[in-house]
Amino acid sequence: MKLVEKYPLGSVVVLLPLWIALYATLQQAADALVLVTGLPQGERLTEAVRFFVYEVPKVLLLLTLVVFVVGIVRSYFSPERTRAMLGGKSLFAGNVLASLLGIVTPFCSCSAVPLFIGFVEAGIPLGVTFSFLIAAPMINEIAIVLLWGLFGWQTALLYVGTGLVIAITAGFAIGKLKVERFVEDWVYQIHSNNPGMEEAAPVFRDRIQSGYSAVSDIVGKVWPYLLVGIGVGAGIHGYVPENFMAGLMGKSAWWSVPVAVLIGVPLYSNAAGIIPIVQALLAKGASLGTALAFMMSVIGLSLPETIILRKVLKLPLIFIFVGVVAFGIIIVGYLFNIIY
Amino acid sequence: MNVKILGAGCSKCKALEQKVRQLDELHQLHLEIEKITDLNEIISYRIMATPGLVINGKLRSVGTVPKDAQLLQWLREEDS
Repeated sequence: MKLVEKYPLGSVVVLLPLWIALYATLQQAADALVLVTGLPQGERLTEAVRFFVYEVPKVLLLLTLVVFVVGIVRSYFSPERTRAMLGGKSLFAGNVLASLLGIVTPFCSCSAVPLFIGFVEAGIPLGVTFSFLIAAPMINEIAIVLLWGLFGWQTALLYVGTGLVIAITAGFAIGKLKVERFVEDWVYQIHSNNPGMEEAAPVFRDRIQSGYSAVSDIVGKVWPYLLVGIGVGAGIHGYVPENFMAGLMGKSAWWSVPVAVLIGVPLYSNAAGIIPIVQALLAKGASLGTALAFMMSVIGLSLPETIILRKVLKLPLIFIFVGVVAFGIIIVGYLFNIIY
Repeated sequence: MNVKILGAGCSKCKALEQKVRQLDELHQLHLEIEKITDLNEIISYRIMATPGLVINGKLRSVGTVPKDAQLLQWLREEDS
């Protein structure tokens, strides 16, 4: 790690080919490893082990690459810059831009209130602000990697696309509803004369450095969840009969999507924590749309975040916010169930 | 020297507080460390992400946990 810190650019030149080589040989390596263990071919245990030793390094490799790239991209977008870019945009264009910026701007739901106030203070319309607040947690890089790794890039892209559509339309709808009166009055009375901080623009070296920090931060935190998740997946892969959950959460159960969202909204977990559950549901025959709706409602809407937002929003607006987003997620769930 | 850590209970805020306390102990800096969780006070520094780090009234970082070397440099700048 010290070497990487000292030579950020050089280390990329070395590590990237290494990454590609590792990724390209994963299947052979996993097969060889299974062969070495001497497990009998075709047995349940063998298949579970094969699944595990192939999926764990694959998802970890993908995660490392994506988090690294996202870390670099995020160094270009501070909340201050995002706010500046959103100033003076018309309603619909503002919603689109805010949703896109929500993906790339570093955001943690614990800073939702200072961010909200910062946006309102700068005169950014409420609907545009909400587009950002919806997209930022919901379109999550870990979820992207997981969908990409387990279902292919088309599914990951579809997830990003539908997340964007929800954020844009929900924000636009909230903007049209004229909900300004449901913002706590004190928010509009804030006039701070503290100058804030002037940020020096980082050089490219520093940006690569932030890519590495993101990897050690996020991958360092997420890997145990991934192990558990893929372990659960491997167990199910080998042992549980397929379509075990099909009756409950499969396509044929039309009510499964809204129920998944209803259960998911009050639950709160980061994307990493939800991985084992989604993995297990899917492997047992739950349909992708239902599982995805569940995941989006858990990571995109959360009780703690709404409680935090209650400090700046009156109750009706909290309900409108949760309601509009939940409705959007339900639509996406049905859409995925129809497509897949 | 007064050090304020602005943030209401996010994981990075705790990490930053812990780091500053460790540095304080390790290098005998005799810092006066305050954890600010009051929303209005946090907002008065015009930050849009937490944690915020304020050293002797000067806002030094927002939304990140800076590296030890960087923190020490800021603290030494204020000291001299």
